[in-house]
Amino acid sequence: MAHHQRSGRADTRTTTLTETFGRLVPHLRPIMARLVLGGLCALLASVVALTIPRVLGWLVNTVLTGEGAASAVWLGVAIVALLGAFEALLIWLRRVFVISPTAGIETSLRLNLFRHLQQLPVAFHDRWGSGQLLSRSMGDLSLLRRWMAFGSIMLVVSSLTVIAGLAFMFSSSWILALIYLAGAIPITIRAFKFRTVFRDASRLSQDQAGDLATTVEEAVHGIRVIKAFGRGREALDGFHAQAQKLRDTEIHKARTLAGFMALVVALPEVTLGLGLFTGLWLTADGQLLVGDLAAFFATAAFLAGHVEGIGMLLGMTLTTKTALDRHYEVIDSPATITSPDHPRVPENPAGHLVMRDVSFTYPDAPGAANVVDGLDLEVRPGETMALVGGTGSGKSTLLHLVPRLYEATGGAVELDGLDVREYDVEALRTAIAVAFEDSILFSSSVRENVLLGARPQPGRTADDQLAEALDVAQAQFVHDLPDGVETLIGEEGLSLSGGQRQRLALARAIAAKPRLLVLDDPLSALDVRTEEAVTARLRSVLEGTSTLIVAHRPSTVMLADRVALMEHGRIKDVGTHSELLARSAHYRFVIAAGDEPPSVEEVLDTEDTATEGDPA
Amino acid sequence: MSGMSGVAGEDNIELGADDRRRVRRRSLRLLKTLAGPIRGRLAGTALLVLVSAGARATLPLLVAWAIDSMLPRVIDGDLAALGFVGGAYVATAITAGGLLGVYTWAAANVSQAMLLDLRLRVFRHTQLLSLEFHETYTSGRVISRQTSDLETLRELLDQGISQLVSGIAFVLFTAISMFILDWKTALVVVGAAVPIAIIFRWYQVRSELVYRESRVFSARVITTFVETMTGIRAVKAFRREAAGDEKYTDVAHEYRDNTLRSISLFGILQPVLMLIGNLTVAAVLLVGGFRVLDGSLAVGALIGLLLTAKRVFQPIEAIAMFYNSFQAATAALEKVSGLLEERPTVVEPARPQPLPAAEGAVEFKRAVFGYGDGPVVMEEFDLTIPAGQTVAVVGQTGAGKSTLAKLIARFYDLTAGELTLDGVDLRDLSQDDLRRAVVMVTQEAFLFSGSVADNIALGRPEATREEIVLAARAVGAHEFIESLPEGYDTDVNKRGGRVSAGQRQLISFARAFLADPRVLILDEATSSLDIPSERLVQQALERLLGERTALIIAHRLSTVEIADRVLVVHDGRIVEDGSPSELIAAGGRFTSLHQAWRDSLT
Ligand SMILES: Nc1ncnc2c1ncn2[C@@H]1O[C@H](COP(=O)(O)OP(=O)(O)OP(=O)(O)O)[C@@H](O)[C@H]1O
Ligand SMILES: Nc1ncnc2c1ncn2[C@@H]1O[C@H](COP(=O)(O)OP(=O)(O)OP(=O)(O)O)[C@@H](O)[C@H]1O
Ligand SMILES: [Mg+2]
Ligand SMILES: [Mg+2]
Repeated sequence: MAHHQRSGRADTRTTTLTETFGRLVPHLRPIMARLVLGGLCALLASVVALTIPRVLGWLVNTVLTGEGAASAVWLGVAIVALLGAFEALLIWLRRVFVISPTAGIETSLRLNLFRHLQQLPVAFHDRWGSGQLLSRSMGDLSLLRRWMAFGSIMLVVSSLTVIAGLAFMFSSSWILALIYLAGAIPITIRAFKFRTVFRDASRLSQDQAGDLATTVEEAVHGIRVIKAFGRGREALDGFHAQAQKLRDTEIHKARTLAGFMALVVALPEVTLGLGLFTGLWLTADGQLLVGDLAAFFATAAFLAGHVEGIGMLLGMTLTTKTALDRHYEVIDSPATITSPDHPRVPENPAGHLVMRDVSFTYPDAPGAANVVDGLDLEVRPGETMALVGGTGSGKSTLLHLVPRLYEATGGAVELDGLDVREYDVEALRTAIAVAFEDSILFSSSVRENVLLGARPQPGRTADDQLAEALDVAQAQFVHDLPDGVETLIGEEGLSLSGGQRQRLALARAIAAKPRLLVLDDPLSALDVRTEEAVTARLRSVLEGTSTLIVAHRPSTVMLADRVALMEHGRIKDVGTHSELLARSAHYRFVIAAGDEPPSVEEVLDTEDTATEGDPA
Repeated sequence: MSGMSGVAGEDNIELGADDRRRVRRRSLRLLKTLAGPIRGRLAGTALLVLVSAGARATLPLLVAWAIDSMLPRVIDGDLAALGFVGGAYVATAITAGGLLGVYTWAAANVSQAMLLDLRLRVFRHTQLLSLEFHETYTSGRVISRQTSDLETLRELLDQGISQLVSGIAFVLFTAISMFILDWKTALVVVGAAVPIAIIFRWYQVRSELVYRESRVFSARVITTFVETMTGIRAVKAFRREAAGDEKYTDVAHEYRDNTLRSISLFGILQPVLMLIGNLTVAAVLLVGGFRVLDGSLAVGALIGLLLTAKRVFQPIEAIAMFYNSFQAATAALEKVSGLLEERPTVVEPARPQPLPAAEGAVEFKRAVFGYGDGPVVMEEFDLTIPAGQTVAVVGQTGAGKSTLAKLIARFYDLTAGELTLDGVDLRDLSQDDLRRAVVMVTQEAFLFSGSVADNIALGRPEATREEIVLAARAVGAHEFIESLPEGYDTDVNKRGGRVSAGQRQLISFARAFLADPRVLILDEATSSLDIPSERLVQQALERLLGERTALIIAHRLSTVEIADRVLVVHDGRIVEDGSPSELIAAGGRFTSLHQAWRDSLT
């Protein structure tokens, strides 16, 4: 179970480094000046760092050996102290320049991602685990910040330092410098292979980390099932296997980096060894001055740290690149369900729903038969229409098409004479309220959950709206909760009973006061008594509000003016309950089935069923 | 005692002295237990770091040695010396580089081993914790403990070992060589320890708070994120995008400001350390300079001392970096160790009473139950369900039916009284025995991402494909599963979103069918099914139940019909108890329920 993961990731096109980082440019432009200043500080700081030892040597040699006055000592001390303070100041400034703008970019990308995710269609979220999305929002972006604030700058500084150092080496001895430079050739060749392997490994590890987070999330949300079946061990085994895979990837990644770093550190030094050999020989031969030889090696020793740094930073850059790729993968998923440029407003908002030849297929099941297949249906203003059909016949799918949670792939869904695609999405969803079959609740208070979609109404307080909705949904139980309507109801409302959850979800839909109510099997978890009470109250509310309600039981059907019978994604028949009972065998089968569909007389004759004690 | 045991007070940032000490200790203890099992490898890695760093430190010495003592010999025509010194340099270089590679890899091994260990501990522990805990703690926090908190530990471990070991070794080595060169100057350098200690202390106090805060804020960001994504349908349908945005912006900004604070803290520590180092060098120059003036120190020696003094402070920066990640990691481990400290309220007995083959007789004696510290939900009651009986439980919503069921499945323990299975108290049964005997299909049909077959196999992991198909057939799920794009191997997506609500219930039911327990509890397992499917399930049930004990919660009369006995639960009490026909005749609640059912059918 748990180890069987899919992150829903799209086919990952490999992008080049410049392509990926190029997309950052618009974000970087406004802070470019600060980044450059930060880089200059870093550069200057390393120049000062280089200077201090020289100044020390010079001071001791000239000032102290000169007149030998106490004032000279004080002067030297002052110079060194000032330089030292200057270096510290530069280091401090570097951070001041880059930290807050890069953290700003990190946060704005994070917010942007969240905003985009909220816009992405439900179909997208069906495929992506929240852990996977979360890892893109948190880990990946903080990696980016670090790279921008530290990695990129140090990469530039170190590269410049190495170039300057090389120039210095050439001035000491071009032969030795050439030997040293020759070491760069195998490293460069190796770097290409390293790039591919390391990039793939870091991508894999990021994806696996995301999947692992998804597993954690699922194991917590599904803990009741795991406990009910005592499958803790299997869940742990699955997690273990997955975590082990991540560890292996991480170690593989580290080994790749380790191999490369070993080369980056050892090879320049090996060529230096050859350089030492040659240098000594050249010096002995009189072609090279001892001072130049010493200077050459002093520079080389100084460069060693920077060369190592470049190697590390290269790894960091690749990791950041894959992180950024993952980020853009989500950002590039198109938000397909958006408002049109010129949304229209219906002339006569009465809650009149018409579906014409509507078809729908889930995007992850292309080629399969349509789930909704050329369906026609009309809900007249103020009418309550029940939708009846077998398990999996496409009822819930159809309901999702109305508020554009999914987009019909064919035909037209019209509300009050306008295609739903012509509405502003928000306006459309204001006109429609849904109670989902799995009552989706949030871990906030009862009040917040119920008033989630409610708009302020003239002359009525939020409390009135809340009280009315709770009353209709027969959710008076909330007043017995420890803090009444302010009680926090736990994650997904799981500290409530099933029927209590369902009534809150119903109350939420009612509180939204829509033109069209869409209720997906809203009474399934209620006992007959409560169902009756809700139905009675609901009937008065539904008066005047168009309603589409999925029903599995005759009792729910009773609410409806008319019933639509759905089978294989189509509406097979529309009529009143008794009409359908009379003329549709399939309807009798679905709504009142026995082993054999009972005859109309049997079903209608309550006296009979009572005496036989077999009402089904 | 303090209010900080377990995850209580997790969001507090300023702690009292006692609490602070306690959580710090707890956090460090966790770090120690993680390092314990791999002590040897840690030491080995440290050794590799030492040798590699030593080799690298030798390289410039080799050059100096070559120029000072080998060059004259080479000039004298001693070519062997030339080869020797070149060879020594190359060999040292290869050693340094090679070992660097090895320790990078070894450090990753060590760090990954500790991470894996901790991951498993946290996962296992959260699974052990009772539902009561999860109801309030929320998955977002668990995820944040498992992801971003662990990430800080990983940062510490990945770089930390080499930073710390090479840093300390270098400081010690240079400091000792200074004492050998000139102890008076060395004392000046040692004097720098005082301001360094002060700044570190300053940093310790502040960074502890900032990092503690950082864990709280990042958990907030994560929780908001996860909850929004989990409930995305409702978010969209009720147009909460803007409100969600606002909330997320708030928490994300809070988190950013905290990140800035933590970085700026380090941004002060680092330059101040550098300043102290540089000023110490100036102090050495001051002291040394006057000694040169009065002739007690040679100029050449002073240069050497100055350069060494400068070098002493180079690795301090690496040590500071280590300390920074250390502070971040301990703050995270404070939270993780708090989670690990939570004790499950439902615990497995230390010495379980074996029950290899249960009969399935369930008995409540003077049982009382309330969730947590909340009000009593089930008032004192006695209930005996003999093995093999099929009991239907009916009652109004919120009456306590699921509660009764969850008690038998031991999701919660009784507040008072006794609950036994075949005469053995549930609290004395091992988890394995209990789960083999009792299985519950919960009201929420939860599917895991993965194939249909995997989800059914959850009932019995070792089941073959044939058995899985058989179970699916038995509950009437086979047809629709076959019609899915990849049949039994179709991925049902997260939370089973790929299949319809009724189909989810059928799969959950097949799962229970496959588990084949002695005591089966069905909590409204057919509420989302159409009537024909419900019929099929009932027929399957009748076959399955046979001599099994069953507790069936249902609002539908058809389900009650197959029961031998009916319990009517009202307001946390069992108010009626008897066979269906008895209760219909009795003229109580069940009679009127029955009447209502009948009416509802027309
Ligand atoms: N996200 C999805 N991706 C692919 N297929 C899906 C998805 N959701 C549902 N389906 C399939 O579409 C069909 C219709 O599902 P839908 O949920 O609309 O049924 P329903 O009529 O509401 O059934 P129920 O009464 O069980 O709730 C089912 O066969 C189901 O397997
Ligand atoms: N985890 C929980 N924490 C606190 N209170 C709870 C929890 N679960 C249920 N309750 C409360 O206990 C009471 C009984 O709930 P229970 O779930 O047993 O009802 P039920 O009879 O199964 O109702 P339904 O038919 O609606 O499922 C309710 O008032 C409910 O709010
Ligand atoms: Mg449905
Ligand atoms: Mg219940």
